[in-house]
Amino acid sequence: MFMNNDFQHLQAAHCENGVTTNLLRAAGAKQLTEPLSFGIGSGLFYVQLPFLKINNGPAIAFRTMPGLIFKRTCTALNIPVSRKKFSSQEAGKRYLDECLDAGKAVGAQVGVYYLTYFPKEYRFHFNAHNMIVFGREEDKYLISDPVMETVTSLTDYELQRVRFAKGAFAPRGQIYFPKENRIVTDEQVKKAIVKGIKRNVNHMIRIPGNIAGYKGIAYTGRQIKKWPAKLGRHKAGLYLAQLVRMQEEIGTGGGGFRYIYAAFLQEAHAYHPIDELIGISKIFTEAGDKWRNAAVQASGIYKGRIGSQADFDVMGDYLLEISEIEKKAFQALSKIKWNA
Amino acid sequence: MKKEEIPQDNGALNKLTKEVVYVTDDSGKYSTDLSTGWEVKTKALDVAWQEIEQRIREAKEKVLRDEASPILYFMELRLMDIGIVAAYTGFWKWTIKKHLKAGVFRKLPDGKLKKYADAFNVTVDQLKTMNVHE
Repeated sequence: MFMNNDFQHLQAAHCENGVTTNLLRAAGAKQLTEPLSFGIGSGLFYVQLPFLKINNGPAIAFRTMPGLIFKRTCTALNIPVSRKKFSSQEAGKRYLDECLDAGKAVGAQVGVYYLTYFPKEYRFHFNAHNMIVFGREEDKYLISDPVMETVTSLTDYELQRVRFAKGAFAPRGQIYFPKENRIVTDEQVKKAIVKGIKRNVNHMIRIPGNIAGYKGIAYTGRQIKKWPAKLGRHKAGLYLAQLVRMQEEIGTGGGGFRYIYAAFLQEAHAYHPIDELIGISKIFTEAGDKWRNAAVQASGIYKGRIGSQADFDVMGDYLLEISEIEKKAFQALSKIKWNA
Repeated sequence: MKKEEIPQDNGALNKLTKEVVYVTDDSGKYSTDLSTGWEVKTKALDVAWQEIEQRIREAKEKVLRDEASPILYFMELRLMDIGIVAAYTGFWKWTIKKHLKAGVFRKLPDGKLKKYADAFNVTVDQLKTMNVHE
């Protein structure tokens, strides 16, 4: 049996935050927590891509592109990364086995459609799930899936099938890990926090166009008011259900990642004792609460309890209000004077 | 969200694990806690699945009326779009669109049928008859 003895499984809200945090802690960044990884990686986002449909519904995301949180956090903390994709399944398996035999714990990108331990209801063709493989014994691979309370395992066949799932974002057996162990100083974390916040401010309030950032939230809000006339009540309800799933399903920590970001700002305050951070954290909590109130309104519609144009207008207005709250929060962050 | 407001409803994920949520305590400080699920999102997932099941039923009826080939039924059953079928079978998208026609499908050689059967995780016989019980 081969396994990495330093590796410690910690449950996280989101898979990529969890893999990033757990791999980097094992590599020497002991201070790292899920909110810190999320914030340093500038994870908070909003975008609705027009013309694109996912599972026959609107394409909406509350976080940044898959893979970026890990990449940015490693770069900000000056930890070199090794990342490999494979054209052949055999080569992918051989490489993983070599890593594990050398005592490494590695991150793996997988598809969830064939992920056997997931409940059937969650198994869509979503290919950007992340897990850590930290050992193997005979035919079993030891798996730490950050969204789960405990570690689990997959057979060789099961693991190969999810590593080489096909379709959009096909993982192609992707394996990634920190190349070397490095002690990360508090001074580095301090700098990384500032960098992460500044980049997130850019993404949320300075991005051009009106489909992303705080403007994207308002864009969806205006769209929602038009949905009943454009799509009919039934489909408009399905679209709202999709919005709620993107906002609340596995991994957001509640309120479309807004609570994780609020927690991040509190942790940032420990490194940068600037009073404004605590106040701005509260604004993000307010935004998260509003997102959840909006979800309750949406559920009234897709349950068929309500569904008049006025009900869709209330729903749309929620998003317009949230857009203003998040604009205010990021503008306040952009004005902070960081002391080195 | 405050710690005492965490919903503990039933959700599909509950069979596997509780999930982490970020909540505040009385002093406003953040920590994590576990939730078994939230009825609002359980229902969102339910309606998504009702819609999928509806699409599967409609696809099956279309195939039985000879207006489409069984590939349409299995695409819906496996939650795939043409892009995903193309990725798993290696066929071009326009080829698959042709194979979606009942008449064209009937003339396909076994080799090609086998590729679809593998992609849908069924046997060639099941592919032709739509006879799957799962």
